Amino acid sequence: MEMLVASAIGVLTATGVYLILRLRAFPVILGTAMLSYAVNVFLFAAGRLTVNAPPILQKGVLEYTDPLPQALVLTAIVISFGMTAVVVMIALGAFLETGDDAIDIAEEGE
Amino acid sequence: MNHWIIAPVVLPAILAPLIAWVMRHDMTLARVFSVAGTVALVVISIGLFAIAASGDVSVYKLGNWDAPFGIVLVLDRLSALMVLLTTSLALMVLIYAIVSEWDSRGRHFHALFQFLLMGVTGAFLTGDAFNLFVFFEVLLIASYGLMIFGGGGMRLRAGLQYVVMNLAGSSLFLVALGTIYAVTGTLNIADLALKVQELPVEDVALIRVAAMLLMIVFAIKAALFPVQFWLPATYANAPAPVAAMFAIMTKVGAYAILRFFTTVFGPEVSATGSMAADWLLPAALITIVIGASGVLGAKRLMSLAAFAVLTSMGTVMVAISMFTPDAAMAALYYIIHSTFAAAALFLVADLVMANRGHDGIRMSPVMARSGLISGLFFVVAIAVAGMPPLAGFLGKLLVLEAAQTNTNMVWIWTVILVSSLVMVVGFARAGSMIFWNIQEADETDEAEAKTATTSALPVAAAMAPIAVLVLLAVFGGPLTEFTQATAEQLFTPVEYISAVLGAE
Repeated sequence: MEMLVASAIGVLTATGVYLILRLRAFPVILGTAMLSYAVNVFLFAAGRLTVNAPPILQKGVLEYTDPLPQALVLTAIVISFGMTAVVVMIALGAFLETGDDAIDIAEEGE
Repeated sequence: MNHWIIAPVVLPAILAPLIAWVMRHDMTLARVFSVAGTVALVVISIGLFAIAASGDVSVYKLGNWDAPFGIVLVLDRLSALMVLLTTSLALMVLIYAIVSEWDSRGRHFHALFQFLLMGVTGAFLTGDAFNLFVFFEVLLIASYGLMIFGGGGMRLRAGLQYVVMNLAGSSLFLVALGTIYAVTGTLNIADLALKVQELPVEDVALIRVAAMLLMIVFAIKAALFPVQFWLPATYANAPAPVAAMFAIMTKVGAYAILRFFTTVFGPEVSATGSMAADWLLPAALITIVIGASGVLGAKRLMSLAAFAVLTSMGTVMVAISMFTPDAAMAALYYIIHSTFAAAALFLVADLVMANRGHDGIRMSPVMARSGLISGLFFVVAIAVAGMPPLAGFLGKLLVLEAAQTNTNMVWIWTVILVSSLVMVVGFARAGSMIFWNIQEADETDEAEAKTATTSALPVAAAMAPIAVLVLLAVFGGPLTEFTQATAEQLFTPVEYISAVLGAE
């Protein structure tokens, strides 16, 4: 399972980095989304991968999974969701104002 | 437990939604509450500053959970100083934004401004690494809104770059935090400091990777080479009062580096050693060079100001990278100075833009109030370039003095001194082009002149940070004594750790 999770994080990160380096807004936004998925899975794995164990200490339960990374991931998901919404709105605004969705800035005139 | 410690976070957090929701149709009401809230923040932060100045480290436990299980806010000399710096800058910028009527060019300026304040003060006060990430996101999302405030294609596109850059930075931050948690099992800064010292040998490589990732993240915020490229485009295209307020945001990165790489990954910690210093110094020196060349070559006054910010951040980082109390003292003094200097420069650039119709460094007809504004520009240029008699000179002198014992002294002295000269030339060029190279007005110029405002109030408001620059020089003695004490507290992390975790 470690192999599966690790390679999933790797593929997601590679896709994200490749897309972020594009010159158009839409692939770049997809890239940031991919990166944030990779990060979320990574954070989740930071508490070690444990299967079929409750995320809390209880009497009589010897094996448990670390609940803190799950809380961290939840926060990270909410934040990245909000950020993606903001970046989509700004990209849309830039597209409507300038007429194309290129991400680079042309040489300044004045 | 002193509840005032959380006030700088809670007050804007309550005020911002109120302004956005209840006062969204009434600009006057929003202005009154925004200013009143910021004045209250200044008063509170002066109180906190007085508490911290005694040298005590006060801890605020959220929900009364003991560290390291709950989140704590920590008030020490450094965080109190940074909070006071933020709120006093905010008040000046806010008043300028109101009298120049920048705040009515779009919607929700005051709500976004208060959210920004919440994020910045929270980032300075928190004692928890993940909480720091959350406050970073709060200040970033508010800054996105402020960055594109007023709209315009160029501004939106620069804003898009800024957002994407910071989204990538946030991902890196989370990766670093995940690695740190996986290795040490804690994210509380004080607890982390203890755990990193007792780290088993096989985990050293992982924590070094995490520390480097953290440094890259903070370097993005502080606009350090090679991740400085977002800053000139962002600051040059942001609304001028917002750019002036952003002067504190680069300092958030500087603060975070200072906090993490003295308290947690200090120079005496065997796991990381001098790693931070080895990378920071060359990066900072190159940042200074880029900034100074940008000042020399800028085509617009706003770009010139943005590149001047780069140079000042480079100078601050050079001082931080030495990791000695004397150098940290110089860094803190220069941080205070450069924040107000950069803000003043952006406000003066806005005055030029308002009275001239554009901020291009090219020939143009004479503008209204040319004499007064050129005088202000002269004072600010002296401050930013670090010439006597203003505080910038003293700050640079302190950095140079601290570098005397450094093995790279030759490089530091050469880069700082030559870049100062280049900056002086750059400012002289910009000033003489804008204020002395007058041409006869033609039709396009008359059209530009019509858009120019003629109010005198913004000029008065822009004088506030300039007055602070003078005061910083006049009270240089007491101020350096305080930054000295701050630096000494920073380099005895035992005080911080025992205050947070209880006496151990």
